Amino acid sequence: MAEKILLKGNEAIALSAIRNGVDGYFGYPITPQSEVMETLMKEKPWETTGMVVLQAESELSSINMVYGGASCGKKVMTSSSSPGISLMCEGISYIAGAELPCVIVDVMRGGPGLGTIQPSQSDYSQAVKGGGHGDYHCIVIAPASAQDMYDFVDWGFELAFKYRNPVIVLADGIIGQLMEKVELHPVKPRRTAEEILRDAPWATTGKTSGRERNVITSLSLDANTQENFNRKLLDKYNAIRENEVKYSEYHTDDAEYLFVAFGCSSRICEAATDILREEGIKAGLIRPITLFPFPEKEISRLAGQVRSIMSIELNLGQMVEDVRLAANGQCPVGFYGRQGGNIYTPEEIVEEFKKFNKLS
Amino acid sequence: MKEEIIIAGFGGQGVLSMGKILAYSAIMQDLEVTWMPSYGPEMRGGTANVCVIVSDRKISSPIITKYDTAIILNQQSLDKFEGSIKPGGLLVYDPSGITRAPERKDIRICSIDAIAVAAEIGNAKVYNMAVLGAYLKMRPGLEMANVVKGLEKSIPARYSEMIQKNREAIEKGMERVKIISE
Repeated sequence: MAEKILLKGNEAIALSAIRNGVDGYFGYPITPQSEVMETLMKEKPWETTGMVVLQAESELSSINMVYGGASCGKKVMTSSSSPGISLMCEGISYIAGAELPCVIVDVMRGGPGLGTIQPSQSDYSQAVKGGGHGDYHCIVIAPASAQDMYDFVDWGFELAFKYRNPVIVLADGIIGQLMEKVELHPVKPRRTAEEILRDAPWATTGKTSGRERNVITSLSLDANTQENFNRKLLDKYNAIRENEVKYSEYHTDDAEYLFVAFGCSSRICEAATDILREEGIKAGLIRPITLFPFPEKEISRLAGQVRSIMSIELNLGQMVEDVRLAANGQCPVGFYGRQGGNIYTPEEIVEEFKKFNKLS
Repeated sequence: MKEEIIIAGFGGQGVLSMGKILAYSAIMQDLEVTWMPSYGPEMRGGTANVCVIVSDRKISSPIITKYDTAIILNQQSLDKFEGSIKPGGLLVYDPSGITRAPERKDIRICSIDAIAVAAEIGNAKVYNMAVLGAYLKMRPGLEMANVVKGLEKSIPARYSEMIQKNREAIEKGMERVKIISE
């Protein structure tokens, strides 16, 4: 039987990196995710798996160290929280432009600016719509438990290498700080040099006589070359939209009302759904697990079934825009959110739900 | 079975670690748990609290505002949480940190002089385990063997001599708990 231990979400990220054969972590401390690097430093994986752990002098350095490591086909990652991710956005755009795989963990806190250190989901738009410049997408996956934090590191690298694309694990202060039971899966060793050549033939691993030079760049000054590259990226994003959508549903089969919520909010909405069901109101919940690609087909289908949809987010209303596009006028779409590190309770959501649906 | 617990006191009293040992003990009994601290710009001497949920089913919201049990170690926390205990719930408190006695009539109330227990054992660090013992006596859901396993998992190997002391504090806490109202 797999070992089950009590871990914070942030600690789960660190242990998962070590146990899933990650080659390097580069980061800079920031609340509420500092336990990621603290745990890595405590575990000293450089003495066991050979994984590199480095505290860079800033987030700009850490993301560019990730850029370098990824260019060589290594499994490299970083983690930060909202203001730190803003600093990394230039690097993330370059990594997307150079088509490199990496995992970036964002344990969101309230903003804008230096904001607060309390939990928030106010960087949905930054993660899903770009953040950096240029026509690009990161694959964005949203954990809702410490177990997800553990599992999504490996899943993130799988997606990153499959599509040669940066993956953002979009968590929040609650999921980072929450301790829960985590099941540890069998250890995966780090990849050997031969395995890197096999899995990442595009990597700059040292030219051999049998092949052309591998070039990693995000620069192309010729308009047609750049346009062709952008269209190639579009094909990739469409393939991701087609193949990688992941979501979970709760009581949607006979639902007359629908909540849409991701991350920690999905768990609070699950409890709100239970309260409403006890009162005989047929509520249901869809939790997007991938935020890009967004489960638009599923939400569109459910929009045709229910009387209304509410998007519940710890922000001023960001994902709700994508929910409205997916619902496409089939039913009213409402929003309720809290900001600044305040968190709604299940009872509060029930109350707002009744107001919106004129049920009280 | 589901129990929603708040543990609150001053930073440095072992509030978070008491919650962690309780949570780990529950895992050893194959239960589901969440442990959610109030985190912020907090420091030694400031208030600290943690919500622990123990359940035999998957736990949805880790965010709660009403508690089955409140374990209270200072006056500020009593003022803040006494009203949030569910009717019929349990309040465990340390009277040495309290200047105003609890007022609720619709809950079970008990106290534990945990400072005296820690002094008898001769180690101030086991204070929180005496409180945990009082709680375990009032809510006899977790088996002692699992609590000991929870201790072993929570305490770093280099402090292994503390496991016995903590266990002793838990047992003394169980003996010394004083029922104020049923």
